[in-house]
Amino acid sequence: MDAIILQILNGLDKGSAYALIALGLTLIFGTLGVVNFAHGALFMLGAFCAVTLQRILSLSFTVEDPTQKDFLGNPLKVDTPYVVNWFGDVTGNAILDWSVPLAILFAIPVMLLVGYVMERGLIKHFYKRPHADQILVTFGLAIVIQEIVKYFYGANPIPTPAPDMFRGSVDFGVMVGFAENQIIYPYWRLVYFLFSAVIIGAVFAFLRFTTFGMVVRAGMADRETVGLLGINIDKRFTIMFGIAAAVAGLAGVMYAPINSPNYHMGMDFLVLSFVVVVVGGMGSLPGAVLAGFLLGILESFASMNEVKSIIPGIDQIIIYLVAIIILLTRPRGLMGRRGVMEE
Amino acid sequence: MSKFQLNRRTLIKSGAAVGAGLALPTMFTSSARAYLNEPKGGTVTLGFNVPQTGPYADEGLDELRAQELAVQHLNGEGDGGMMNTFSSKALKGNGILGKKVQFVTGDTQTKSDAARASAKSMIEKDGAIMINGGSSSGVAVAVQGLCQEAGVIFMAGLTHSNDTTGKDKKANGFRHFFNAYMSGAALAPVLAKAYGTDRRAYHLTADYTWGWTQQESIATATEGMGWETVNNVLTPLASTDFSSYIAPVLNSGADVLILNHYGGNMVNSLTNAVQFGLRDKMVNGKQFEIIVPLYSELMAAGAGANVRGVYGSMNWNWQLQDEGSKAFVKSFGEKYGRPPSNSAHTCYVQTLLYADACERAGTFDPCGVVEALEGFEFDGMGNGPTLYRADDHQCFKDVLVMKGTDNPTNEYDTLEIVEQTPRSQVEYAPDHPMFAGGELGQCNSGA
Repeated sequence: MDAIILQILNGLDKGSAYALIALGLTLIFGTLGVVNFAHGALFMLGAFCAVTLQRILSLSFTVEDPTQKDFLGNPLKVDTPYVVNWFGDVTGNAILDWSVPLAILFAIPVMLLVGYVMERGLIKHFYKRPHADQILVTFGLAIVIQEIVKYFYGANPIPTPAPDMFRGSVDFGVMVGFAENQIIYPYWRLVYFLFSAVIIGAVFAFLRFTTFGMVVRAGMADRETVGLLGINIDKRFTIMFGIAAAVAGLAGVMYAPINSPNYHMGMDFLVLSFVVVVVGGMGSLPGAVLAGFLLGILESFASMNEVKSIIPGIDQIIIYLVAIIILLTRPRGLMGRRGVMEE
Repeated sequence: MSKFQLNRRTLIKSGAAVGAGLALPTMFTSSARAYLNEPKGGTVTLGFNVPQTGPYADEGLDELRAQELAVQHLNGEGDGGMMNTFSSKALKGNGILGKKVQFVTGDTQTKSDAARASAKSMIEKDGAIMINGGSSSGVAVAVQGLCQEAGVIFMAGLTHSNDTTGKDKKANGFRHFFNAYMSGAALAPVLAKAYGTDRRAYHLTADYTWGWTQQESIATATEGMGWETVNNVLTPLASTDFSSYIAPVLNSGADVLILNHYGGNMVNSLTNAVQFGLRDKMVNGKQFEIIVPLYSELMAAGAGANVRGVYGSMNWNWQLQDEGSKAFVKSFGEKYGRPPSNSAHTCYVQTLLYADACERAGTFDPCGVVEALEGFEFDGMGNGPTLYRADDHQCFKDVLVMKGTDNPTNEYDTLEIVEQTPRSQVEYAPDHPMFAGGELGQCNSGA
């Protein structure tokens, strides 16, 4: 039982990232009708927002320490971050320690801007082009973004730790009535799950309870009619592209302590997230979230030794297997609209 | 019945006929090459095949730095680096056999097909006479096979699988880097001393040739000192999140987790294991421990604080204090402002060893080079007295057992040397079962 609960937790955690990326993909597809293969790159850019803020906060001045030597035998150059110098040891180090949560504030405007520029600068020119063209141009854009990041940050993963108080793990089992040390789970992964839940809730609330969201939903249902009412729906859809980019970016920021960011991490999630969108139903926001968590949990269970001993290699194909079954039996996905992908 | 009579006329006629017969093959081939890419002008071209894109691009860049430095030293530029400490004095700083050394580069992308294509291009289009570099065993085996078929020498870069000089060994291929068997042989006694002989190990293993041979080597070595292998779980190479594989470890009864991962896999699996608090737990009355059998400086940097106190092994490290290592670190550090990685070191050494073999053989002919390298004993290259064994073209030398530094003082201070395991402890017979199944075959000069 403890193993099952552990894998459910793992699945929810993986599913959080899938759901957040798939949510953004679905928002863009649902509003603009664009299949955005650069969405994984936006997730990666979010993670690098965390790296960038960490580096900005770590900007230092150098003092030579003659009592210590570097690897060539010269006096060691000791770096002292400006924030430590300005705010003192306690406050300065606390700011450095909390660089990842602080990066949320940094990433929101950056990612909104990136989304806006991407949509206005490139993607809007492909609205009326076939999906194949959109896929090619956005995939190319993803590679360009990747290479730019690699040029500035290198190919090696960059450690971006969580704040000290969230490092290590919690005895989750004790909290739900199990014996000690039965279900141990990392603090930050629980934080990630809760953060995802908040973001997903905020996006749904925004679409449901604001006038802006209501217009966007109306535009998703019938763009032409909304336009006839004198509403500039294109402008709103551009803003939604920015919001989708910000959602992917925030998912990346908070993912940085889980796995050290590298320039390729967006591609690792991209294909899986597309599968999530297809399984959930193209254009269905609740479907994207549901499928994200569902596939995350299935993937975790498929990694269990007991399952792998029965079907070797199942952990590598489970998600694609589900996608094939869904496409064969219910082409519109779990919560897709009737007619979409069924023609 | 005729009687054969030898007189002066017969002798001259017979001699002319025999002479013409013997000369016949060379009369028609004198204008053809003696071997592939024979240098004709005043230069000789080496091909450096390293990952310039993809996840190992930083490691490839470090290899390229070292290779460029080696070429400078061979051409008499710079301070000479390890040429000053190398026991063989054949290299004079005037290129190789008097020809100035130039180089071309290829991008392996850490993909076997891409690596073969780039090596092929350097051999066929650029006239490279030797291929060096790489950061993967899959790539090394693929390129080694290509070089054997083409008829050039392959001086492997970072490749740790037993197969490279085991079942996939080739006459034209040489490996200076250590292998998985050596990691196990060096690590096991240190682990027994640090953690005792009554331990239960759980392996997570990258599902490809290197992972399999490393797991087999480490499991055999640790079981040999009394440890029990509880489980070995193969993980897909493309995995990025190892939480599903790590979660069951704590309740498996294991008190040691061995991560047979490299590169991004290693960074992520180690980070995930530390996040799950494995190292904070007591299991079977013992502190839970994690081991990473193969370390690299770049990967240790990527894993950050998670490597602290974690044991592993390396081929070489810049902190060694022998004269050869100091000379190389000084040359490299002054040129690039950073200490070299162990992949940089092996590429640098391999380039010098190739050049030295050409000088000693007096030719660039691959078969002459193979003969010069086989059974070659040398010193002054950072690993103590070293042998290039003729049976399998594997270098035998000291191996380093490393540990993540507990209190790093600078960005390069990620790993510390625990022990320099002597060569005698990591040697094995040429017909060892872990290396069985292949034949060196005959050298190929590509003529």
